[in-house]
Amino acid sequence: METPLVIGIVTAFWFFVGAVLPVLLQFFMWRSPNKGIYQIMLILTAVCCYIFWLTAYLCQLNPLFGPQLSVDMIRFMQMEWK
Amino acid sequence: MGSLFRSEKMTLCQLFLQSEASYAVVSELGELGIFQFKDLNMKVNAFQKKFVSEVRRCEEMERKLRYIEKEIKKEHLKIPDYGENPKAPAPKEMVDLEATFEKIESELREVNTNAEALKRNFLELTELREVLRKTQTFFTAQGQEMSNIVGEAQHALVHDEGTTSGQAVQLGFIAGVIPREKVPPFERMLWFACRGNVFLRYEEIQQSLEDPQTGEPKIKAVFMIFFQGEQLKARVKKICEGFKAALYPCPESSQERQEMFRGVTTRLEDLKTVLNQTEDHRRRVLVGAQKEIRSWIIKVEKIKAIYHTLNMFSFDISHNSLIAEGWCPIQSLEDVRRVLKDGEKLSGSTIPSILHPMKTHETPPTFFKTSRFTQGFQNIVNAYGIATYEEVNPAPYAIITFPFLFSVMFGDAGHGTLMFLFGLWMVLKEKSLLAAKSNNEIWNTFFGGRYIIMLMGLFSIYTGMIYNDAFSKSFNIFGSAWKSNYTEGDMMGDGETATLVFDPAKYYRDSTPYPFGIDPIWQSAKNKITFLNSFKMKMAVILGISQMLFGVCLSVFNHLHFKIVIAIFCEFLPELIFLLALFGYLIFMVYYKWLVFDVTQSGCAPALLIQYINMFMFKYDPPKSDCDVQATFYPNQQTIQTVFVIAAVASVPVLLLVKPFYLRSVHNKKVLAKNALGALSTDALIPNEHTSEQSTSKNVTHVETPSVSGEGSSDIEMGTQPPPAPEKDTNENGKSQSKQNGGDDMKDINLSVNNIEDTSAMVLAHDDDEEEFEFSEIFIEQAIHTIEFCLGCISHTASYLRLWALSLAHAQLSEVLWNMVLHIGLSMDLPYIGSLIIFAVWMAWANLTIAVLLVMEGLSAFLHTLRLHWVEFQSKFYRGEGYIFLPFSFKHILDIDSLDELK
Repeated sequence: METPLVIGIVTAFWFFVGAVLPVLLQFFMWRSPNKGIYQIMLILTAVCCYIFWLTAYLCQLNPLFGPQLSVDMIRFMQMEWK
Repeated sequence: MGSLFRSEKMTLCQLFLQSEASYAVVSELGELGIFQFKDLNMKVNAFQKKFVSEVRRCEEMERKLRYIEKEIKKEHLKIPDYGENPKAPAPKEMVDLEATFEKIESELREVNTNAEALKRNFLELTELREVLRKTQTFFTAQGQEMSNIVGEAQHALVHDEGTTSGQAVQLGFIAGVIPREKVPPFERMLWFACRGNVFLRYEEIQQSLEDPQTGEPKIKAVFMIFFQGEQLKARVKKICEGFKAALYPCPESSQERQEMFRGVTTRLEDLKTVLNQTEDHRRRVLVGAQKEIRSWIIKVEKIKAIYHTLNMFSFDISHNSLIAEGWCPIQSLEDVRRVLKDGEKLSGSTIPSILHPMKTHETPPTFFKTSRFTQGFQNIVNAYGIATYEEVNPAPYAIITFPFLFSVMFGDAGHGTLMFLFGLWMVLKEKSLLAAKSNNEIWNTFFGGRYIIMLMGLFSIYTGMIYNDAFSKSFNIFGSAWKSNYTEGDMMGDGETATLVFDPAKYYRDSTPYPFGIDPIWQSAKNKITFLNSFKMKMAVILGISQMLFGVCLSVFNHLHFKIVIAIFCEFLPELIFLLALFGYLIFMVYYKWLVFDVTQSGCAPALLIQYINMFMFKYDPPKSDCDVQATFYPNQQTIQTVFVIAAVASVPVLLLVKPFYLRSVHNKKVLAKNALGALSTDALIPNEHTSEQSTSKNVTHVETPSVSGEGSSDIEMGTQPPPAPEKDTNENGKSQSKQNGGDDMKDINLSVNNIEDTSAMVLAHDDDEEEFEFSEIFIEQAIHTIEFCLGCISHTASYLRLWALSLAHAQLSEVLWNMVLHIGLSMDLPYIGSLIIFAVWMAWANLTIAVLLVMEGLSAFLHTLRLHWVEFQSKFYRGEGYIFLPFSFKHILDIDSLDELK
C-alpha cells in the first residue's frame, strides 16, 4: 500500500467523522438538546484517534534501525510470511 | 451548544404563599424537584420553629411504622414493591393516618404481650408434663422399691423428724427442670454443698422448648434430687434457686401422677389452640399492614420533608402568608408558576401565590442538566470541585478525553474487549440492576460508572489495535513491512540465541509502513522496547501538549463570558505564545525528524534533546564534521529558535504585569470620575457609599465632601459628568435642601433607607464601582498564576510521560503472564495429560489476567487519567469554586432513606 494512499484514506475517514458528521448533525438534530454533546464527542474522537494513528504511522515511515530477531525466528518468518 | 457547556442560569426567587396553600404548594414543588430553598430561619432554635409539633407527629408516626416493619420482618413476610410513588397526603388525612397506625400498633403490642404470657404458660405446662413423665418412668424402672421406700419415709416423717442414722431411710425428693448446659455445675454444687448426701438423677428432654421471651429453642433436662432431712431440703432448694432451675411439685403416688399428667395434657391442648389463634390473629394484622406499609412510609417521609421545608420559611403575620426564598433555574420558572397554580387549586385558596424573581449579588448554585449518560462524567469533574457559576464545564470534553487517555495507558485489544463487554452488559441490564438496589459500595461504584467503563473498553480496543497488542500477541492483517532476504550463510549460529538486526535500507518495504498501527514484527524482536519507548514517549508528549493547548483555549470562553476582555490579551495570548513557542516547537521537531531523516542518514539524525537544550542556551556551534547530531538541521533554524525563545520569555512579564496595572489604572480612573461626580449629585451617592463602604475613614471623607461641594458651585464645572438617571435628578433636588440643614450621620442613614427603596436598581450598579480594590492582592494573585502556569507547562508536560510508563508496564505484565504461565501449558509435549494441564494452566492465566491486568491495572490507569484531567488539564482554565444545586426533591430524599432496607 502506498504511503499517500493510506494517509489519504485514513485522513478522509476521520475528516468525515470529525467535520462532516457534526455539520450534518447540526441540520438533522437541530432541535435536540443533546446535539451539542454529540458534536463534541464526534469531533474529539476524530481528533484524538487521528493524532494517535498518525503518530504511529509517521514514526515507522523512516525507521532508523530495524528489529533484532533470533535466527530461528527469521527462518520461520521466511517460511510463513512469504 | 449542549446544556453541559456551562451551568444553567439561576435566579433567586421569593415565593409569597398563603398559609393554607403553602403545604400543597411545597408538596407539588417537591414532586417537581427544581427549587432549592434557602433556610430563612437559621438562627431560630429548632424547638421554636413554627411547625415543630407537626414534625414531632411525623416522627411519632415513623416510630410506629418502624415497629410494624420490624414485626413484619419477624414473621418473615416480604414487603412488596409495586414501584408506586404516592403523593403526600393533605394535613387532614394525616390525622387518619395517625389513627390507623395507632390502632395497628396497639393491636400488635397487645397480641404480642398476650402471646408471651401464653407461651410462658405453655412452657411451664410442658415442663411439668415432662417432669411427670420422667419421674414416672424412673419410678417404674426402679421397680416398686423406691415408692415403698418413699412411702415409708413419708410415714416415718410424720412420727419422727430429726432422727439421723439407724432409722429407716426418710427420702424426700424434689423434681424440676434445668437447662442442659447447667447440669454439670449443678451436680458438682450439689455434691460439694451437701457433702454427697443427696442423689441427683437427670434426663434430657428430647424436644427443644421455645423460650417465650427470645423465641429461641432451648434444650432442658429433667432432674430429681433425693435427700434426707429438712436442712438438706432447704439447702437443695436454695441451690436450685441459684441455678434458676424451675421446680415443680411432683406427687408421690403413681396414681396421682397419672391424674396430674392427664390434666396437664388436656390443659396443654387447650393452650395450644389458644396460642394458635393468637398467632393467626397477629399474622392477619400484619398481612393487612404489609400491603400498605410501603406507601405509608413514603407518605410519612414526604410529610416530614414538607414540614421541614415549611420551617425554613419566614412567617408574615400581617398578611397571614409564608415567605420563601430559593434558587431556581430561569428555564424552569414557568414550571414553578404552574406548580403554584396547582397548589392553589388543590388547597382551594382564593388568594393567589406570587413568585417574584429578585436580583442579588449572591453567587447562585451551579446546576447542570445531566442525563444518565453524562452524569458519570459530571461526577468525575465534580469530585475535584464544583464548577464556579457559569464557568466553562470540562465534563463534555471528559466524555471522550478521559476514556481516550485511559486507553493510551491500557492499550490492549484483548483486555479492552473484556472491559467493553463488561460495561456493555451493565448498560444493557441497567433497569434490572437498578431495581435490585444493592447496598454493596464497590458494586455501586462500578455500576455508576458503567458508561465510562464501556467507553474505556471501546477506546482500548482501538489503541490496542494500534499498539498491535492483544493479550501480548500481535495481529498481522496487512503483512509486515519488514521482509527477510537472508540466506543460510547469514543465519549461522545457534537458532535461539544468535540474532540479526534488520537494516531498514535493505529489508524494509520501500518506506511503506504497516498501514494500521505498529508492525507485527516488533512483537518478536529483542529490541522491541527500544523502538516502542521512543514511539510512546513522543506520543505521550504530543498528546499532553495538545490537551494543555486545548485547556488554554477553553479559558477564552471564560474570559468572553465574564466580560474580562483584557484577559484575552494579557492572559490568553501570552499563555498561548509561551506554550506554542516552546512546546509546540518541540512537537514540530519530533514530526520533522520522523519525516525527513531516514536510515541513510541515521548517523546524522539530530539528537532532539541536545538540540532543545542548545536552543535555550543559545549555543549554536559550527558543525564539527559532516554529520554532527548537535548541529542545526534545517535552514534558518538558529533565527527561528532565537525568536521563539525570546517570544516565550517576553510573554512571561506580560502575563505577570499587564493585568494588575491595567486594573489599577481603570480603578483610579473610576475613582477620579466618582469624585467629579460627587460634586454634582451628592445625595444619591452618599447613601450608596454608606451602604457599601466598610472602612470608617472613607465614610468620613465622603460625609465631608458634600458639605464642601454643596457650597462651592465651582466644583460642579470640573470633571466629566456621567449622565445621571432621571430619578437621581429629582432626588438630589429634593434632598439637597435637607442635606444642608443637618449633616449628621443619622439623617444620612435615614436618607439612605429612602434612597434604597427608590433607587434600588442604582444601588446595585453603584455597588460594583465600590468593590474593594486591593492592588497587592491582585498582584500576588497574578504572580501566583504566572508562576503556576509557566512552571506548570514544563512539569505537566513531563507528567504526561506517565502515559508511556503505564502502557509499558501493562504490556510487560501481559507478556510476563503469557510467557511464564500460558506458554508453559501450551508448549507441553505430553499426549493426553497435556490437555488437563493446559486446562488448569488456563484457569491460572485467566484469573491472573482478570485480577492483575483488568482490575488492578484498570484501577491504576483510571487513577492516573483522573489526575491528568484534574491537575494538568483543568488547571489551565478551571477554578471550581462553586457550590452544587440541591433542589428540594422527593426523589432525592426517598432514595437515601429507609426505603432501601425494606427488601
